[in-house]
Amino acid sequence: MSSFTVAALEAVADRIIQHKELLTSLDAAIGDADHGINMARGFEAVRVKIRAAAPETDISGLLKMTGMTLISTVGGASGPLYGTAFMRAAAAAQGKETLDQEAIAQIWSAALQGIKDRGKASRGEKTMLDAMEPAYEAFVEAAKAEKSLVESLEVACEAAKEGIEFTKTIIATKGRASYLGERSLGHQDPGATSSYLMLAALTEFFHNQQLGA
Amino acid sequence: MVGIVIVSHSAKVAEGIRELAQQMAKPEQKIIAAGGMADGSIGTDAMRVSEAIEEAMTEAGVVVMVDLGSAVLSTDTALEILDESLRARVRIADAPILEGTIGAVVEASVGSSLEQVLATAEGAREMRKCL
Repeated sequence: MSSFTVAALEAVADRIIQHKELLTSLDAAIGDADHGINMARGFEAVRVKIRAAAPETDISGLLKMTGMTLISTVGGASGPLYGTAFMRAAAAAQGKETLDQEAIAQIWSAALQGIKDRGKASRGEKTMLDAMEPAYEAFVEAAKAEKSLVESLEVACEAAKEGIEFTKTIIATKGRASYLGERSLGHQDPGATSSYLMLAALTEFFHNQQLGA
Repeated sequence: MVGIVIVSHSAKVAEGIRELAQQMAKPEQKIIAAGGMADGSIGTDAMRVSEAIEEAMTEAGVVVMVDLGSAVLSTDTALEILDESLRARVRIADAPILEGTIGAVVEASVGSSLEQVLATAEGAREMRKCL
């Protein structure tokens, strides 16, 4: 399970690193132009850490390693936010040996709550939550409707994409973009975009695993 | 004596404020700068902040001074990593970082309590410069 989790986290890291320029240019429009640089620096460090992890490290241990690395290497607000998400995810993953639908829903719920707590934020403030929360809800709904894991993740991805579109229509009230007021209208949120990218990477990873199985 | 931690996105800012504050401090007073990232980039590092709090910790506790946005998020995260027994003795000041630090250091140097040092740091919000 350890190598499976490492591969899943690497897929997430690779996706963020590949989209460094996109995230930075989105942040340049409404923030301090460092989201891509910060996230890529963090996930490069994560990649090194998890590749070097002892083979017996469990899911929870790998998630914790990811969270701790992000909080000390990202530098911007996304560091403590995503870092807390992964650390809460690690706590929720304790004792879990497989990543099935139910386990993913529990881990995701804890991660989402971590971001809300840390950022004192809620949906509709033009943040990562505008992609992540509707995506989580869509995932849970799809799972209830007995869709497969991959199908549920795909539905969640669609919801996250719609969430990104929604961030173009609202004014930022949290973070650096809030200084811009109405000038933040029309721009998609970089944090919502990085959340979507991580989810899209995971979805593709599980999809490929299924094909390989 | 209450310890002081200075959290800025910039290592130079944190170190500069520490240097200024040191002039008003007792020699044995703990004032720890926790600015920037380990690789020298601009940013805040929750691990670094948590280590700085441990270093500054005394019986009387620690007041943390912060600059912008993610400095607060990183300090909140640092508190979550800290041992629970230490966490209860840490306060984050909602104050201008430079003026607040100077006020806090002076207040701490006379042996004031954690809450008094915090109040003085936060009182810096009202400080008039041009009368």
